[in-house]
Amino acid sequence: MKEFETIAAAATAMSSSGIGIIRISGEDAFSVMEKIFRPHNRNKNMAGQPSYTVHYGTIVDGEEVLDEVLVLLMRGPHSYTAEDTVEIDCHGGRLVMQRILDLVMRSGARPAEPGEFTKRAFLNGRIDLSQAEAVMDLIQSRNKMALKSSVSQLQGSVRQQIEKLRSRILYETAFLEAALDDPEHISLDGYAEKLYKTVEEIGGEIEKLLKSSENGRILREGIKTVILGKPNAGKSSLLNVLLGEERAIVTEIEGTTRDVLEEQLQLGDLSLSLLDTAGIRSTEDIVEQIGVERAKKQAEDADLILYVADSSRPLDESDEEILDLLKGKKALVLLNKSDLESAITPQMMEKRTNHKVLLISAKEEQGIRELEEEIRSLFFQGELDFNDEVLITNVRHKTALQRAKESLSMVMDSIQNGMPEDFYTIDLTDAYQALGTILGEEMGEDLINEIFGKFCMGK
Amino acid sequence: MNTVYKETCQAVVVGAGHAGCEAALACARLGIETVMFTVSVDSIALMPCNPNIGGTSKGHLVREIDALGGEMGKNIDKTFIQSKMLNVSKGPAVHSLRAQADKSEYSRSMRRVLENTDHLSIVQAEVAEILTEGSGENRIVKGVKTASGAIYEAQAVILCTGTYLRARCIYGDVSTYTGPNGLQAANHLTDSLKKLGIEMYRFKTGTPARIDRRSIDFSKMEEQFGDEKVVPFSFTTDPDTVQIPQVSCWLTYTNEKTHEIIRNNLDRSPLYSGMIEGTGPRYCPSIEDKVVRFADKNRHQVFIEPEGLYTNEMYVGGMSSSLPEDVQHAMYSSVAGLEHVKIVRNAYAIEYDCIDARQLYASLEFKKIHGLFSGGQFNGSSGYEEAAAQGLIAGINAARMIQKKDPLILDRSQAYIGVLIDDLVTKENREPYRMMTSRSEYRLLLRQDNADLRLTKIGYEMGLISEERYQELLEKERQIEKEIKRVEKVFVGTSEEVQELLEKYESTPLHSGISLAELIRRPELNYEILEPLDPDRPRLLRGVAEQVNIHIKYDGYIRRQQKQVEQFQKLEYKKLPENLDYDEIPSLRTEARQKLKMVKPLSVGQASRISGVSPADISVLLVWLEQRKGRKN
Repeated sequence: MKEFETIAAAATAMSSSGIGIIRISGEDAFSVMEKIFRPHNRNKNMAGQPSYTVHYGTIVDGEEVLDEVLVLLMRGPHSYTAEDTVEIDCHGGRLVMQRILDLVMRSGARPAEPGEFTKRAFLNGRIDLSQAEAVMDLIQSRNKMALKSSVSQLQGSVRQQIEKLRSRILYETAFLEAALDDPEHISLDGYAEKLYKTVEEIGGEIEKLLKSSENGRILREGIKTVILGKPNAGKSSLLNVLLGEERAIVTEIEGTTRDVLEEQLQLGDLSLSLLDTAGIRSTEDIVEQIGVERAKKQAEDADLILYVADSSRPLDESDEEILDLLKGKKALVLLNKSDLESAITPQMMEKRTNHKVLLISAKEEQGIRELEEEIRSLFFQGELDFNDEVLITNVRHKTALQRAKESLSMVMDSIQNGMPEDFYTIDLTDAYQALGTILGEEMGEDLINEIFGKFCMGK
Repeated sequence: MNTVYKETCQAVVVGAGHAGCEAALACARLGIETVMFTVSVDSIALMPCNPNIGGTSKGHLVREIDALGGEMGKNIDKTFIQSKMLNVSKGPAVHSLRAQADKSEYSRSMRRVLENTDHLSIVQAEVAEILTEGSGENRIVKGVKTASGAIYEAQAVILCTGTYLRARCIYGDVSTYTGPNGLQAANHLTDSLKKLGIEMYRFKTGTPARIDRRSIDFSKMEEQFGDEKVVPFSFTTDPDTVQIPQVSCWLTYTNEKTHEIIRNNLDRSPLYSGMIEGTGPRYCPSIEDKVVRFADKNRHQVFIEPEGLYTNEMYVGGMSSSLPEDVQHAMYSSVAGLEHVKIVRNAYAIEYDCIDARQLYASLEFKKIHGLFSGGQFNGSSGYEEAAAQGLIAGINAARMIQKKDPLILDRSQAYIGVLIDDLVTKENREPYRMMTSRSEYRLLLRQDNADLRLTKIGYEMGLISEERYQELLEKERQIEKEIKRVEKVFVGTSEEVQELLEKYESTPLHSGISLAELIRRPELNYEILEPLDPDRPRLLRGVAEQVNIHIKYDGYIRRQQKQVEQFQKLEYKKLPENLDYDEIPSLRTEARQKLKMVKPLSVGQASRISGVSPADISVLLVWLEQRKGRKN
């Protein structure tokens, strides 16, 4: 079918389940796959592989390997949508799946609309007529959900920021359009240089937004959680308990963890990006010093700090230093080694900090469930629908931001190449519309209203 | 026995303004026996407001009308007294031709054409009633009845009543029930239309004063000249014939004193006192509007433009108003150069009946009344060019309906005319609609320079373009294609001659040879400038060089836009049946259902542009259509 653009989405919930499936459908499905899939046998010509075959290899973003995967090829019309379809079976987990989806979008697909695979399956004659009404209902209900989750996902400040950027773009576009429409009343002399600066600034703002999404904001990659504590307070043991596997090296020797370890953890519907750090203490060991500095740095950027204190040892300078780091942050204080005789009581700790204090024993796996509950209540009041729809819109936001940024750089190119003013409007409009898709708003009559509202037209 | 005069023709055109003229000419030229009614034969093709044709985006419309076989471009080429190409440095898509017309010559010349067109007769009478047969959704037009009772039977009626329906002119507390320029209003037709179930709106527009040239001190104004080399509007006009002596316009400004006079008298403005009920256009604000809305501006431009060669009347562009007579005198004479101004005609606002054009199909035929068409200001637009464009399409489609042919519908990727009509019949329109380049999504493709390449083939298929003109167009197409290919292959070396020419245009010298096309792409150079480096350049038809230049220079942008058009057309080519019952479709949201029922879009694309119809609704619609197709099979 040449009818439609190529679309992609996660076909399974993006959670820590073992396997996740990403589906790509449309005439470019195979070419998207070729760009990002490196077969185990490097000489394999992927485009030439027959339908209904499975291939082992890796998903690569440039030189970076994102995941080991199996790729399933189905050529239209013999696929669910009756279009060329590629399914990538990757490791489950929000982070991995999102990064692969991001890559797929950058390689030529666009995020699927709610219910779009099913719609195509129907339009391409794959689904029985009697199911049509169900398809229509599905589209409308998914659409409602998508809208809801899309909006709920945008934190107030991000939304405001996008609105602000968008209205700046609209203003410039309207000014240009007004001047082009009414050249005798509105002059464009010297405007190009001014516009260049403005566009550069807006582009920079978008870049910041993109970076913030890269750095692991809550909604993309989970809550960035940093575990802090003095050496041998039991940070790594806690990490291992939470993960249920021996990932960090646990020894009796202080300073074993010299760098930052990062792990993904799924707490029910909540995703945590856990960072174990080197214990904080004054040290002469240079490698360990670097580790300590990194730990402090990580703490600054963290969404959540878990401060592990060894309750069997009294508080000292290093603990004070850590308590300072907690100020103004979301944090929980964990008194570990509750199985041993305590030198610090919860009451003592509570006097030193505003944060909630919990008793745990990483070794005996006590207090872990309570800890999980506390984390949940810190981040979410009531229910938050974390389903796959939410994540698709997430990828959609990023795709849109990228598109807007590209359009703005094209405006800058046009200015630098000395193109006439009219050409700026094409890409400005694109950028405006791209940002609009994040807010669920279209151009509509915005531009015309802005032209008339802000600029005095002659006649 | 009560006897009335009765005549039978095929098509009736009500009104002889810019829409009416094009509609009547199109019908008659397509062999339809046509009668055109006007309340005054002396007011055919009258320009009751500004004395110019064209301008940004409107110039595009005139070119398109011409490419389809309409008359406006030819007529202005014969009667202009100054001409300018606007926006020349700002990109080919926004180049716009604008000419000052000799108003009375324009009108006279158009009248001459109409009077000498076969199958066309002109009748001076007020049409009072539309005659129909049938009822409900099956009503069919049968003809019209004049105010004096005469009956003209016709299969098609085209309403081009402009601003005449129940017209009222207002300034200060003076209001007269007349059309523009004190002409007789048409007061009966609205009732007849309402009886037929047509919903009427009331819009408002305005015009500035006309002043006596002898009372103006031009030494205090800046002179505005026409272009040295005039480009004609019509693709058929020989450019040599339009290189005539031109007259000047003049630029002056309002000042704080002007604004103070206006502010002090706002309470006497009918706009602010509530005497005017109609909705006015934001793009064409009266001077009192500008002063109120843009309070921070301490001056506004005023263009003094001649109304013709044989009159002393001058148009005061930028200062339309409905303030009382005494305030007008004070306000105009506060402007530099107008200190001793003598007003010939006062500025006034005019209110008139028009329709919500969503009652029309894109063919400009009423959804409820088969055979009834309408065009121009009656449809809620504004401007001579917008009117003419709709008149032409309404005329063509009335003729095609009579000849039992499919209507001509231009889409948004084909023409500004397509954008204009699609906007009118699809979107809610709360003010007189003016064309603007920013309304056209694909304007880089819809340029005024290529209107013939876009539309003349269609004009030929419609029957309004001669065989000779069509063959010339085909030759032009061939030459453009061939020349683009040739220029890509012409090699330019690093000779002294080359470097000298580059230096002359401040272009970086060449280090090694490149193709001529590469040089054309440099912003400071173009196809024409580089002629000395291109000894084998063939003789080309008029306009070919311009096309080659644009195609080579802006290739990347043009391709991008073509891709967008391909996407657009996918939905545009998915047609929706006219009789589609939206109540039958489950899962449509109520708002979408109501809007779809009202607009009755002809394609999925059009449906998607209706405000209140979401992409999810469109998906539902697509699925339902497919299901229906399945049932039929």
